[in-house]
Amino acid sequence: MTTHATARPAAKAAAKPATMAQALQRAMRDAMAEDPTVHVMGEDVGTLGGVFRVTDGLAKEFGEDRCTDTPLAEAGILGTAVGMAMYGLRPVVEMQFDAFAYPAFEQLISHVSRMRNRTRGAMPMPLVVRVPYGGGIGGVEHHSDSSEAYYMATPGLHVVTPATVEDAYGLLRAAIASDDPVVFLEPKRLYWSKSDWSPEAPSAVEPIGKAVVRRRGTSATLITYGPSLPVCMEAAEAATAEGWDLEVVDLRSLVPFDDETVCASVRRTGRAVVVHESAGFGGPGGEIAARVTERCFHHLEAPVLRVAGFDIPYPPPMLERHHLPGVDRVLDAVARLQWEAGS
Amino acid sequence: MQQRSSTVQEPPGAARDAYRPTPPPAWRPRTDPAPLLPEAEPLRVLGTDAVADADPELLRRLYRELVRGRRYNAQATALTKQGRLAVYPSTTGQEACEVAAALALEERDWLFPSYRDTLAAVARGLDPVQALTLLRGDWHTGYDPREHRIAPLSTPLATQLPHAVGLAHAARLKGDDVVALAMVGDGGTSEGDFHEALNFAAVWQAPVVFLVQNNGFAISVPLAKQTAAPSLAHKAVGYGMPGRLVDGNDAVAVHQVLTEAVTRARRGGGPTLVEAITYRIDAHTNADDATRYRGDGEVETWRAHDPVLLLERELTERGLLDEDGRRAAAEEAETMAARLRERMNADPVLDPMDLFAHVYAEKTAQLREQAAQLRAELDAESEAG
Repeated sequence: MTTHATARPAAKAAAKPATMAQALQRAMRDAMAEDPTVHVMGEDVGTLGGVFRVTDGLAKEFGEDRCTDTPLAEAGILGTAVGMAMYGLRPVVEMQFDAFAYPAFEQLISHVSRMRNRTRGAMPMPLVVRVPYGGGIGGVEHHSDSSEAYYMATPGLHVVTPATVEDAYGLLRAAIASDDPVVFLEPKRLYWSKSDWSPEAPSAVEPIGKAVVRRRGTSATLITYGPSLPVCMEAAEAATAEGWDLEVVDLRSLVPFDDETVCASVRRTGRAVVVHESAGFGGPGGEIAARVTERCFHHLEAPVLRVAGFDIPYPPPMLERHHLPGVDRVLDAVARLQWEAGS
Repeated sequence: MQQRSSTVQEPPGAARDAYRPTPPPAWRPRTDPAPLLPEAEPLRVLGTDAVADADPELLRRLYRELVRGRRYNAQATALTKQGRLAVYPSTTGQEACEVAAALALEERDWLFPSYRDTLAAVARGLDPVQALTLLRGDWHTGYDPREHRIAPLSTPLATQLPHAVGLAHAARLKGDDVVALAMVGDGGTSEGDFHEALNFAAVWQAPVVFLVQNNGFAISVPLAKQTAAPSLAHKAVGYGMPGRLVDGNDAVAVHQVLTEAVTRARRGGGPTLVEAITYRIDAHTNADDATRYRGDGEVETWRAHDPVLLLERELTERGLLDEDGRRAAAEEAETMAARLRERMNADPVLDPMDLFAHVYAEKTAQLREQAAQLRAELDAESEAG
């Protein structure tokens, strides 16, 4: 898959920086233009363009049969999407918020993730479940969950999350093109993050399952994804003042997990901290720390540490700053990587 | 004129005498419920003059299929007792619904069975061994769903109903005149997926037919503890689709009602909910003890209303079935059972490496590692053995 040529007339020479929301919209728009079997469906995705405006304009351009406002029922949305996929369509389902996706769990776990295996490959499930996730937007209860661990624990699903505007386009294109079901987690506090990415020259379709090194460093590796990437990048910059040169790995895909890129980095640096918003206990960090330890034990100068959300229900907005892993908490963890012992 | 007393403030400038009570602005009359209401009592054809209108060939076919279905249930139950099936949820007593559901569909249509509906799949043409794969336990689904357009047997209750709606909707979007028929039990109607499926179907006017086999029990729990609705068919009205109520042991009536619903869906008339009143003569499965929750007397009254018996009597009385016809149907069923027995008595050939083959389109690195581990274990086992 290559960079996609645009069908739109050229925009003004100096294009405004694009947001992640726009890149996601463009990914669906291009996929729908290329492939008539791609259907977008969900609550408020049509006339309104989604509560985050990620599906803005799709119903107008492709009609309501291709971008459908469904009844307000997540199990029904995903359940009917399963039937549509059985008939050869590629549904792209929007769950309005992380915690609103829970009613659809039975369909996801009992059917979406198992249909290919159950039928010995006869009935794949080429569908995407887009889920805005994570906190930091001042949302009231049920609007800020980090639900990735639930999805990661379900064999048969791919779990993907972009952290940059470029990846938002490239990974969503790949997710829609995938013949396997993809839970596509969109860090909602990065929806309005900007880059020079232009819809007139969209980024390449990225392969699913490949992590990427966002910052080269030699002292320790920060392993992160989605909404925590900017935190880690900022922490890495701040760490230079302490004399640490941190490497930052953006996982991009939690399933499949890119052991190769992660372990290559940790073997180079000898130290690692996993950073995510999701609760630490039973969270992705435990799995990642175990995998790194199993594979890189003899390269490690210190135990793999985790900086995660507390093991509490997501806090009310006026307290969420105490919960979210921030730069200081990341730097505190880096400071605990047994520098005196290792040196 | 000026006598009405009201605490409502008149809008400034409004004519004092222009006030008229009106409905809320957003309200408008919607669907008239009357035409959606089900029959006052379950529709029956057998024992009525309407039998004369039925195609004799269809009647004979239904009879042969019912006899075959009854024998299939007996054979599958026996295979369970012999340890050849892990479990078998029987449809003894419900054969009319199972068979009629299969026969009401055209080849291009889709059937969405629940875990109890292997007989419907077999009556639609699926190889019984493939239909029983899930219950034998050598794989989850033993067939390619696209071959006979039969969705995988669904064990989680009612979760297959939204699939049927989605498939029917997709077919309609594509311009194919395909109908989906989805089967569920009385217990399944309490699930949220039942509600969501019916609502989506009605909103989308999807060409789908829902067949509820009300067999009296959800394992041990009777319908009275399941719902306070006037009937399950009445639930249709709330969604804006017609509900039909039919004697589920009258094969001709079930076939007629389902055929009408399928035709209506195919012509763009939208979904229908059909409630068939029937009875599960056997326990929930071989692992269940029905004497803990119901008396023999109740079972005996239903045995007198047996679907095979009802059809056999009617056809015999009308001269459409004689001793030769009965014998031919029984022999055909026996041949099927003998063949099924023979094939199920052979151990299935299993390849443990299949466990990794279909999880994803391509194995992840982790699954490749784990497959290699199992491969090594199997090699060590065979060397040791």
